[in-house]
Amino acid sequence: MKKNDGVLDIWKYRELLWLLVVKDIKVKYKRSIVGVLWSLLNPLFTMLILTVVFKELFRFSIENFAAYVISGQVIFSFFFESTSLAMTSIYTSGQLIKKVYVPKPIFPVSKILYSMVNTLYSIVAVVLVCLFTGVTITISILASLLTIFYLMVFCIGVGLILCSIAVFLRDVEHIYGVLLTAWMYATPIIYPAEIMPDRFLFVLYCNPLFYFVSHFREGLLYHQFPSIELNLYCLIYSFIALICGIYIFNKRKNQFVLYI
Amino acid sequence: MTSDVIVNVENVSMRFLQASEKITTFKEYVIKRIKRKITYTEFWALSDVSFQVRSGEIFGVLGLNGAGKSTLLKILSGVLVPTTGNVEIHGNIAPLIELGAGFDPELTARENIFLNGATLGFGRKEMNAKFDEIVAFSELEEFLDVPIKNFSSGMYARLGFSIAISVNPEILIIDEVLSVGDFMFQQKCENKIKDMIDNGATVILVSHSIEQVRSLCSKGIVLERGRVVKSGNIDELCDFYYERYR
Repeated sequence: MKKNDGVLDIWKYRELLWLLVVKDIKVKYKRSIVGVLWSLLNPLFTMLILTVVFKELFRFSIENFAAYVISGQVIFSFFFESTSLAMTSIYTSGQLIKKVYVPKPIFPVSKILYSMVNTLYSIVAVVLVCLFTGVTITISILASLLTIFYLMVFCIGVGLILCSIAVFLRDVEHIYGVLLTAWMYATPIIYPAEIMPDRFLFVLYCNPLFYFVSHFREGLLYHQFPSIELNLYCLIYSFIALICGIYIFNKRKNQFVLYI
Repeated sequence: MTSDVIVNVENVSMRFLQASEKITTFKEYVIKRIKRKITYTEFWALSDVSFQVRSGEIFGVLGLNGAGKSTLLKILSGVLVPTTGNVEIHGNIAPLIELGAGFDPELTARENIFLNGATLGFGRKEMNAKFDEIVAFSELEEFLDVPIKNFSSGMYARLGFSIAISVNPEILIIDEVLSVGDFMFQQKCENKIKDMIDNGATVILVSHSIEQVRSLCSKGIVLERGRVVKSGNIDELCDFYYERYR
């Protein structure tokens, strides 16, 4: 038996992956009165604030602004939360990694999955907002679940890259925090993509999250299955991220234990 | 007869780089890099270690503190990957190095049995099948639903040991765990290990206690500063060790 952190190894340790995800979920909802509801309330409140600020103050002309905002925001939060957690996952699991052999990709992957569970709860909030604001929900919402899958693959890739770096250089955390703020404004979450001036359009086009957000909204708000082109963009970005992630992680993983 | 070699360690070396100052942030890294201040001191915890363990053998690794025993064990259990050299292991390995290393103190003993099983790569079904056996061996029936942060170190070790041996490992790595727990439980562990040996299990025992190694092992090596200074028959080895360090 060779221990190599490969895919088969992760499959063998799937029970551990499951327990880690369940543990994080339990910890999150323990000792909070409204429990699971937090995943619903959080995006709802943020959406309310953003809607008030941007609809009333800036007067963006977007149909169903509330649903537009919350759908973009849920997608960005998934990316934000999962990659941030994955980044620190290796060195916060130091106690285990230093003492027993476990396939190390388990730790970042478990954070992504945990975050995905939160996101799926949040989608309930999105659907509620849609219903209340008169956006009909059709079967095309299934395409939005496909977005979550693409984005999960993308987040695993980015998470693997981030945690490989963060083990060695801890202040990547702060750098990434700043980067995320910029990234948020470069993604059409609260503003319509059309208001982007032509000379900045390239920002949208090379921003992977633009495609994920658009893909998510197609099925949810505009009742159509996203175009093949859009699907391809999402798919390609996901797999490029995943392949880079696996490559960098594998190159670095044997050193992790020496730095935590 | 190489067919029954179950653990094959070939020219294994392990190097640790110790930065003269520990660099943990990007800022420090850039500044030091520009000033060319990053220097590393090399430390070879193991150099060119080779040995083979055959199936059913009880293999002793002797050495003083700092000889590289723990590093060797960590390499065997897969926690560390050697800088150069190769380790081949044919079979299920149960490192009894840090008993209960995967325990979560907040969880109960019952939950920890499943968690620990999972860190060894076993699923819920498999652990369910072994559950009664584990509980019976650890003699902790009354404390199953107590969070193990309230356990004594002896109870901790008992639970850890019971889980580790329940998975029917072909190879056991033991790092003086036999000295944990009370006299009765030590006896029980030794008997259990002897049972497993009779059933064909292979054991790698690491110790600096000559008596323990002499009474249990058949072959072994002596490590000194990361090198194998003697290998072979256990009686010769123990005499050599005794002569050298008394």
